[in-house]
Amino acid sequence: MSEVLVLAETTSAGVRKPTLELLTAARALGEPAAVVFGEASDQVVAQLGEYGATKVYAVSSPEMQEFLSLPKAEAVVQIAQAAHPVAVLVTSGPEGKDIAARVAVRLNAGILPDATAVSLEGDSVVGVQTVFAGRYQAKSRVERGPAVVTMRPNATAAEAAPAGAQVEQVDVSVGDNAKGARVASREPKVSTGRPELTDAAVVVAGGRGVGSEEGFQVIEKTADALGAAVGASRTVTDQHWAAHELQVGQTGKTVAPSLYVAAGISGAIQHRAGMQSSKTIVVVNKDAKAPMFQIADFGVVGDLHAVLPALIDEVAKRKG
Amino acid sequence: MKIVVLVKYVPEPTATWKFAPDYTVDRAGVEGRLSELDEYAVEQAAQLAEKGVADEVVFLTVGPAKATEGLRKALAIGGTSAVHVVDDAIKGSCALGTSLVLAKALEKVGYDLILTGMASTDAELSVVPQMVADRLGINQATFAGEVSVDGSSVSIRRDTDVATERVDVALPAIVSVTDQTGEARYPAFKAIMGAKKKPITTMSLADLGLDASQVGWPAASTTVIDVSPTPARTAGTIVTDDGTGAAQLAGFLADRGFI
Repeated sequence: MSEVLVLAETTSAGVRKPTLELLTAARALGEPAAVVFGEASDQVVAQLGEYGATKVYAVSSPEMQEFLSLPKAEAVVQIAQAAHPVAVLVTSGPEGKDIAARVAVRLNAGILPDATAVSLEGDSVVGVQTVFAGRYQAKSRVERGPAVVTMRPNATAAEAAPAGAQVEQVDVSVGDNAKGARVASREPKVSTGRPELTDAAVVVAGGRGVGSEEGFQVIEKTADALGAAVGASRTVTDQHWAAHELQVGQTGKTVAPSLYVAAGISGAIQHRAGMQSSKTIVVVNKDAKAPMFQIADFGVVGDLHAVLPALIDEVAKRKG
Repeated sequence: MKIVVLVKYVPEPTATWKFAPDYTVDRAGVEGRLSELDEYAVEQAAQLAEKGVADEVVFLTVGPAKATEGLRKALAIGGTSAVHVVDDAIKGSCALGTSLVLAKALEKVGYDLILTGMASTDAELSVVPQMVADRLGINQATFAGEVSVDGSSVSIRRDTDVATERVDVALPAIVSVTDQTGEARYPAFKAIMGAKKKPITTMSLADLGLDASQVGWPAASTTVIDVSPTPARTAGTIVTDDGTGAAQLAGFLADRGFI
């Protein structure tokens, strides 16, 4: 069976969930082989093996962190040229897109950005992409491989399938032209204690209807009552009522949680594009005509500043 | 410094789009506009010209004849001139093909800094800028939420899922900007009229030294084999809050196992 290269993202807490999703998706195409930049600790290797990686390529050159994206793209190209994988899977995101695009040009290979599913049809890799602000599903066949696919987080559920991962150290030569973009500083995001927005099973998001920075606190309190991550519409982040990284939508994060609570969000297509694959959608809005109600599984026409505090009380009551 | 801004003329996001049998968008039936996400790049270029950092700003687009409308909009915001690559053979190009056309056009036009939006609002791929960079052998700094330029380098801030990065790149380079960089100005009537006098040069594939086999359908590395509308969500229960809205909502959440 052919290899499928899976670019692993790791933090101090181990392998990120989107990488486990990639490994799960990769198993439909071939044998997953993870590429780890930096130290491949025993914990990381074990976790990758748990989700089906039979091989781990460990690339530890310091250039990988010092410069933006390009050294990693070179490493992937060099590994791919030796391993002849059927596909290269990357998580969608700024770095993932950077790497995938460069790899596709160097290998003259077809690329499917932001895929939500991948499969093999005959010998060809086929991917599904959500296009036009989420209104259509396009299915595309890669004509020249290896298929370079960036996958949206949360599109597939990560499922374990234990395999014994063998580590292979890879020496990569990084050319000077890959060192043009120096990372001057990299500040890890400060943990809020809440789940990460793109990983969360429940998201509570606030829009224009919160009214102010203070008004946004009711969103945070509701999120904490439900064990949820906090999201926001673009109006809220533009007004600095909440941090930009909480923005859900076309120019922010794409989420697909089990439950999405949209409070005071009217539901412009740019916002819906980022959350409409959520399994259950709850809407609270004063305006009964808000487009968001059209995609609601349950909606309350009312003032979020009355409904949400009462909901927090109800949750506390039911939890006893 | 010469700045070239890559812009795309896209179908109006709020219009009803139709697909042709070959799964391309039936552009004849849909209003078009300058991609909103490219307007941020146009605005950044206009500001750099006002600050005296750039002495020439050129807008470059690849698209159908009507794409000149998008260029006129950009020229009303700022800039000196525009280049429109138009050729029937380009239709059906994948990202690789599009990046090849752009790279050849950029070689012809000349550049120190290339700016563009973080994505188009139609295809939303966010991979063409990096492909152009690779073909030109230049640096890239993508998804910039903040941009500053001095004579020989660009510094950007970008946010990933796990970190905020500050990145310095030496020119020549391509930089894609997000909506964090600031809304484009609304052009005044005088600027709109003035834009009509700015020159737009048209180029064909032959002008770029490319032939039809290198782009479009023949060279496509991916083929769309099916397009279907996302299934509509079934209408849910909507209640008007009469003081019991929260209790009813809690009941719904409990039924679904969320509480």
